[in-house]
Amino acid sequence: MEFDPFLLARLQFAANISFHILFPTITIGLCWVLFYFRLRYTFSGDKAWEYAYFFWVKIFALSFALGVVSGITMSFQFGTNWPGFMERAGNIAGPLLGYEVLTAFFLEASFLGIMLFGKDRVSNRTHLIATALVAVGTSFSAFWILSLNSWMQTPTGYRIEDGVFFVESWWEVIFNPSFPYRFAHMFTASLLTAAFLIMGISAWRAMRGVDGPATWKVMRTGALMAAVLAPLQVVIGDLHGLNTLEHQPAKIAAMEGIWETEKGAPLTLFGFPDEEEKTTHMAIKVPKLASFILTHEWDGEVLGLNEFEGEAPPVAPVFWAFRVMVGIGMLMVLVGWWSAWRLFRNRDENRDTQTWLLRALSVMTFSGWVAVLAGWYVTEIGRQPWIVDGLLRTSEVVADHSSATVAGTLFGYVLLYLFLLVSYIATLRYMATKPARSLTLTPQQRAMNDAETAEGGA
Amino acid sequence: MDLGYWLPLFFAGAMGLALLIYVILDGYDLGIGMLLPFASDDEKDVMVAAIGPFWDANETWIVLGVGILLIAFPQAHSIVLTSLYLPVTLMLMGLILRGVAFDFRVKAGDKHKAKWNRLFAFGSLVASLCQGWMLGAFVTGLTGDATSTLFAALIALALPALYIMLGAAWLLIKTEGELFNKAVRWGRMAVLPMGGFLLLISIATPLVSSAIADKWFTLPNAIGLMPIPIATALAYAGLIWVFNSKQILHNGYGWLAFVALMVMCVLASIGLAYSLFPDIVLGRISIWEAASATESLLFTFWGAIIALPMILAYTIFIYRVFRGKATHLSYE
Repeated sequence: MEFDPFLLARLQFAANISFHILFPTITIGLCWVLFYFRLRYTFSGDKAWEYAYFFWVKIFALSFALGVVSGITMSFQFGTNWPGFMERAGNIAGPLLGYEVLTAFFLEASFLGIMLFGKDRVSNRTHLIATALVAVGTSFSAFWILSLNSWMQTPTGYRIEDGVFFVESWWEVIFNPSFPYRFAHMFTASLLTAAFLIMGISAWRAMRGVDGPATWKVMRTGALMAAVLAPLQVVIGDLHGLNTLEHQPAKIAAMEGIWETEKGAPLTLFGFPDEEEKTTHMAIKVPKLASFILTHEWDGEVLGLNEFEGEAPPVAPVFWAFRVMVGIGMLMVLVGWWSAWRLFRNRDENRDTQTWLLRALSVMTFSGWVAVLAGWYVTEIGRQPWIVDGLLRTSEVVADHSSATVAGTLFGYVLLYLFLLVSYIATLRYMATKPARSLTLTPQQRAMNDAETAEGGA
Repeated sequence: MDLGYWLPLFFAGAMGLALLIYVILDGYDLGIGMLLPFASDDEKDVMVAAIGPFWDANETWIVLGVGILLIAFPQAHSIVLTSLYLPVTLMLMGLILRGVAFDFRVKAGDKHKAKWNRLFAFGSLVASLCQGWMLGAFVTGLTGDATSTLFAALIALALPALYIMLGAAWLLIKTEGELFNKAVRWGRMAVLPMGGFLLLISIATPLVSSAIADKWFTLPNAIGLMPIPIATALAYAGLIWVFNSKQILHNGYGWLAFVALMVMCVLASIGLAYSLFPDIVLGRISIWEAASATESLLFTFWGAIIALPMILAYTIFIYRVFRGKATHLSYE
């Protein structure tokens, strides 16, 4: 059976980037949480925060390693799978990626060593600064890569000569119209992913009775983050959507399943989009709501897919991924508020009275991952058939490898990623199930433990 | 000053430097990875601790090297990475396994530790072999004919030998006791194969590529170039001497072995740069033909001029913080 090499190249890139994004999503948010733990224990002297820091820095290190190695794969994939993209848009994409390496990669990779192993070798202040620098590095990294991605969605500041992009204004390239929205949306998504991860694992520990003095504090930190950030994310997402409507109306039409341009368009809650018949089967609709959400007018006009013949993305995956993202986002708002209310009222730390909350939180441990992947599928599949929106088609830049080569390596990558994902989750589970030690011990035992930690590392 | 001339030259130099630093720094990480199966379980922990705080930043140099290729020479980037698709993919898989094994081997529980140790070594070996293969294919201009394939295979074996030497030399700096003695033995075993490969490559390179032969063996260039092979031979002799002198080893001068290897790497890369120049892919495309638009290079140039000294400064800081023998620092 002969596969389309173009489809295979896309699948391979999708597999790599889907696997990669899982880990930066955790580390970008988690690193700031760690910095917060670190500050709390520096200024309060409360050993529980120190314990929280050293428990979570291990999970951070593991996630970071997975992010680094899968990120190296990404830096090669631009050339191996989409050589045409670098030949045509290299003048723009190159420097943005270069700044990511220069300002972010070395910073985070270098100071991570101090963060993990340097506690006994540098002063408390240097260790605190190292933690902050790693957090800054991960955020810089997100800044540059999202700037490039946003430029591909809403290109500005360029000129084209003989099919090659040249820069007119770096400011307009970097701060292109969708960048502020995408950056805010993704950064908040990272913090939310980290919030539900720390709540989920803490809940898991509490349910199994292996919780230490930090477990409930960490859970409350996560609950506070979720209660504030989840509703904020709904607002940012809405603004991002309005920005997309202005610049990429075809993507919005696919997200909402709007086939024909209309005034007072209804909002389709659920249904099965059918591209052959250009209709959504079994659609549950709310009259006029799509127009109201998108244009903030009940009778506002929304462009339908009919306007973008041959230049519209595939509808069903965008439509479904959007609903998954929004669904999880709403669930996060509810669970965030519920957990803040349950955890801060009386500071109830009893696993028997909190059973339902703990169950819900542990189920939601990786909910951030699902929402982030779904969100990226919306925006990336929604950009198709373009690689640079409206200017360069994905099919124009694909590498000329035989389908057997690409299929073979794709198979290898998928096997490797499945193995690593299973190992990662199993290892988190194993780490989460180990009993908390040290802080519940007597002073003598603690002193012995400290001596052991000093030579044995933390 | 003609920026269209100087900027591509600057970036070609920066790329070469980044890849040279990568080979030396991640070379010792990968070498230690390949030596892992020959150590006892406790020694394995010390070996990993000897590279633990450094490997991540070390590995970033290849991202910078490939990054510069992509940023400054997009035309060459697509030729190189398209031709080397398979070895690149295998190398990446090797680097992935090696990189995640650092954490998994101590975090996944004792039951799984042996498995992750094996994957650590396996990943290091695969990455090293593939990098050698890529280097060999690159030196012969990515032609893919039988002679250059044979040549690529030769370098695929030579580079791991160099990495093992770098690993053993790094262990002389970072370890003591029984493991130190083992590192000495490993170094003594690997030094001759490495030298043999070096000699073979020096003979084979001009045979494989007539363009390179012309550059080296025509007068008066040949005389001007003599210091390179002579200095390399001296550094190699010094390397053997260090590994065989009890006095040097036991008085804390083991780091001289690492210096000798660094000298050899620097000389080899000067030789390679001279062989290729002015092409970026030998016989196919020159530095200037492959370069990006000048305004794009200039924008990155300012970033590089500001960021690179900072990167070098904090890299030195990190090496200072973690100087001395590796204690049992653990990822657990």
